[in-house]
Amino acid sequence: MANQIDSRIPEGPLAEKWTNYKAHQKLVNPANKRKLDIIVVGTGLAGASAAASLGEMGFHVINFCIQDSPRRAHSIAAQGGINAAKNYQNDGDSVYRLFYDTIKGGDYRAREANVYRLAEVSANIIDQCVAQGVPFAREYGGMLANRSFGGVQVCRTFYAKGQTGQQLLLGAYSSLMKEVNNGTVELHTRTEVEDIVVIDGRCRGVIAKNLVTGKLERYGAHAVCLATGGYGNTYFLSTNAMGCNCTAAVQAYRKGAYFANPCFVQIHPTCIPVHGDKQSKLTLMSESLRNDGRIWVPKNLEDAKKLQRGEIKGRDIPEEDRDYYLERRYPAFGNLVPRDVASRAAKERTDAGYGVNNTGLAVFLDFSEAFQRLGRKRVDERYGNLFDMYQEITDVDPHENPMMIFPAIHYTMGGLWVDYELQTSIKGLFALGECNFSDHGANRLGASALMQGLSDGYFVIPYTMQNYLSDQIQVPHIDTKAPEFDAAEKAVQAEIDRIYNIKGDESVDHIHKKLYHIMWDYVGMARNEAGLKKALAMLKDIRKEFNEHVRIPGDKEGLNVELDKAIHLRDFITMGELIAYDALERKESCGGHFREESQTEEGEAKRDDENFMYVACWQYQGSDEVAPTLLKEPLDYQYIKVQVRNYKK
Amino acid sequence: MDTNISFTLKVWRQKGPNEKGHFDTFEMKDIPGDTSFLEMLDILNEQLIEDGKEPFVFDHDCREGICGMCSLYINGHPHGPAQGATTCQLYMRRFHDGDVITVEPWRSAAFPVIRDCMVDRSAFDKIIAAGGYTSVRTGQAQDANAILIPKDAADEAMDCATCIGCGACVAACKNGSAMLFVSSKVSQLALLPQGRPEAAKRAKAMVMKMEELGFGNCTNTRACEAECPKNESIANIARLNREFIKAKLAD
Repeated sequence: MANQIDSRIPEGPLAEKWTNYKAHQKLVNPANKRKLDIIVVGTGLAGASAAASLGEMGFHVINFCIQDSPRRAHSIAAQGGINAAKNYQNDGDSVYRLFYDTIKGGDYRAREANVYRLAEVSANIIDQCVAQGVPFAREYGGMLANRSFGGVQVCRTFYAKGQTGQQLLLGAYSSLMKEVNNGTVELHTRTEVEDIVVIDGRCRGVIAKNLVTGKLERYGAHAVCLATGGYGNTYFLSTNAMGCNCTAAVQAYRKGAYFANPCFVQIHPTCIPVHGDKQSKLTLMSESLRNDGRIWVPKNLEDAKKLQRGEIKGRDIPEEDRDYYLERRYPAFGNLVPRDVASRAAKERTDAGYGVNNTGLAVFLDFSEAFQRLGRKRVDERYGNLFDMYQEITDVDPHENPMMIFPAIHYTMGGLWVDYELQTSIKGLFALGECNFSDHGANRLGASALMQGLSDGYFVIPYTMQNYLSDQIQVPHIDTKAPEFDAAEKAVQAEIDRIYNIKGDESVDHIHKKLYHIMWDYVGMARNEAGLKKALAMLKDIRKEFNEHVRIPGDKEGLNVELDKAIHLRDFITMGELIAYDALERKESCGGHFREESQTEEGEAKRDDENFMYVACWQYQGSDEVAPTLLKEPLDYQYIKVQVRNYKK
Repeated sequence: MDTNISFTLKVWRQKGPNEKGHFDTFEMKDIPGDTSFLEMLDILNEQLIEDGKEPFVFDHDCREGICGMCSLYINGHPHGPAQGATTCQLYMRRFHDGDVITVEPWRSAAFPVIRDCMVDRSAFDKIIAAGGYTSVRTGQAQDANAILIPKDAADEAMDCATCIGCGACVAACKNGSAMLFVSSKVSQLALLPQGRPEAAKRAKAMVMKMEELGFGNCTNTRACEAECPKNESIANIARLNREFIKAKLAD
């Protein structure tokens, strides 16, 4: 069958697959590595670690980032930590347990072999980062410290204050700059990849836009890695950085790469609530706050109304009138239930009218009990910087009044489909980090994104890339004058001309905010068939509105920020449709995807393993106007007993 | 409760690195106090686009104070009047009704203007490339707990590593020196056993590169320390000087 999905999982028992793969894969000798070019798009944890490692191995690497420096990639904003199965705490952790927790946390929608490999290399990541000089938190004896995170029962998270992502990224960035200095990595900053180039069925290069000069440039290579992050900004308001976009990934999808599980979007429960219609992004408050903070809303609707009208404050409500709904519904995990569960529970309460701010879209995160139990000083030692950040943004002191939080789009588990080697369905095109779909199933556990990005970049792609390139050593440097490059560049330029020449009357942000409302209202935390169908119809209208009304001021040539934003928005609209198609097709509730039609009597998510235990792979059908086709990769659990995820007992 | 304010906004406009720049003045009306400074600029830009004019260009990305992208010189201070905060963490409630707010780019010979308040800071990457790393290969590093590091040293290294590479230190310095930036990286790695083998060599290479790229010298005015959004200490500069002298003595 032509459309058979082959994940190319190596033979052998689970724990030996990666060892076997490495023992039998093909290699490229040092003299040949020099002759081979590899493009890496993105300089976040996955991109920087891949570019640095591949360069160091002797390949010629061409690396792009859209910011002014590779160090700005959004991995830098990750706060909490990175998981690794080191078992330094002697609390029963192991590779198997990390594997098990990740599969279970992902609601049994991730591939066993990929996740096992992730757990296996997790320990090497910590070793590597320490060798680079990453200043992880330490105990007085000089050993590395750990903290616990949601959804697990061991203490395996390594951290550097509330800035773990920053420190890991700066480690990868320093290795990258070392290779830039050595001449193995050619770095292009303020450069955005607009399209990939496929020649004879293999990805052989990219068309990139220099964001300062506005000129399109051609780059050829024997293989291309996309490490361009997720598509959370489809929703306009998210915890992603302003520049995060999915243009390169969507272009790869348009060129034939399958897009997997797009409806699996993570909504993080502890963000600062939306405060007005001028807001540009949402700020995350670290999940670690849930270790000591208690989440509640009033028991009485009348109290909630008074809070909404600003007549009383949270501290005015006596203890007996507070509903600690997570502790009530999930006694075993309480405030530390996984993110998807905590977010849905907040929505359930605010939908019922119990929201605590002026919009009714917030719940309390309260530290008063922790202040009494531990004393203000000890609580401040743990969370002081977060309290300061909260106060700066909201002008409310969390010592005086409980914090207000609300769920927000944070991470996307879905992404480009990849096989065991991280290769997409286009030969020679690889996807790393959040850009791919592979490891987190339907819900990602806290502190696992950093682990996956670095695993892909440092410890997976350096092996699998050689296996791919071993029969490419005779292929000369790719000629960027080839007709395929001509056609690709011409198409990108035609799109830029088309968008620029619309000369309508609405700004990019204006249309993007409309997209946000559709996505959040109908393709957000709770979805149903009627709503999704309505959203798909509305998304068609949004595309029409974009095509007829978007206004790009300034010159087409040279630096034009609005033009670049418009290109991103074109692709966010297509992405929004993909999310909606996938959400409509997946009639079960699973991880971050909640279908109202599929819930238990108690309102918990109801998975349907009989009908939906597969990876949904969406195939482009030649036009954004045509619905994509669904292919299925069945998930076969041989080593793990599939169970109902239960955080109650 | 936040109130709305109205104020005069003067922003620096410059078409390119070699063009002459000027200030544009706008009257901003009824801006809520809970608007961030960059959201206020978003409001300005929406208005400019609606009027068919070119939006004001400035660098920004994460908008939560960690990426180091935002870089506005506001009323004579890099990142504005708030202490220990980046431009994106500045809220309009810090300002008053009737204020005149002046916004300029980082001004330094080493940071040429690209457009308006967007500048080219690639010189910082070049300094890191000259030596801001440990020369460790990807692969089988030894077990992370094989190197014991006293908590105090790890914490101090972490403080040095908090630098976000925004360039406020350079913008604040009358000499345009990048010593606080360079010394933070040199100190982080010099404080850790993993970084010791190359400590002196690293200090020398990074300082030489800094000088080559047109940054000025340090004359201990401490302006950098006062303006750093991450409160980096000039004690780092003393440590850098020690490592630099060691390297010189070894030559």
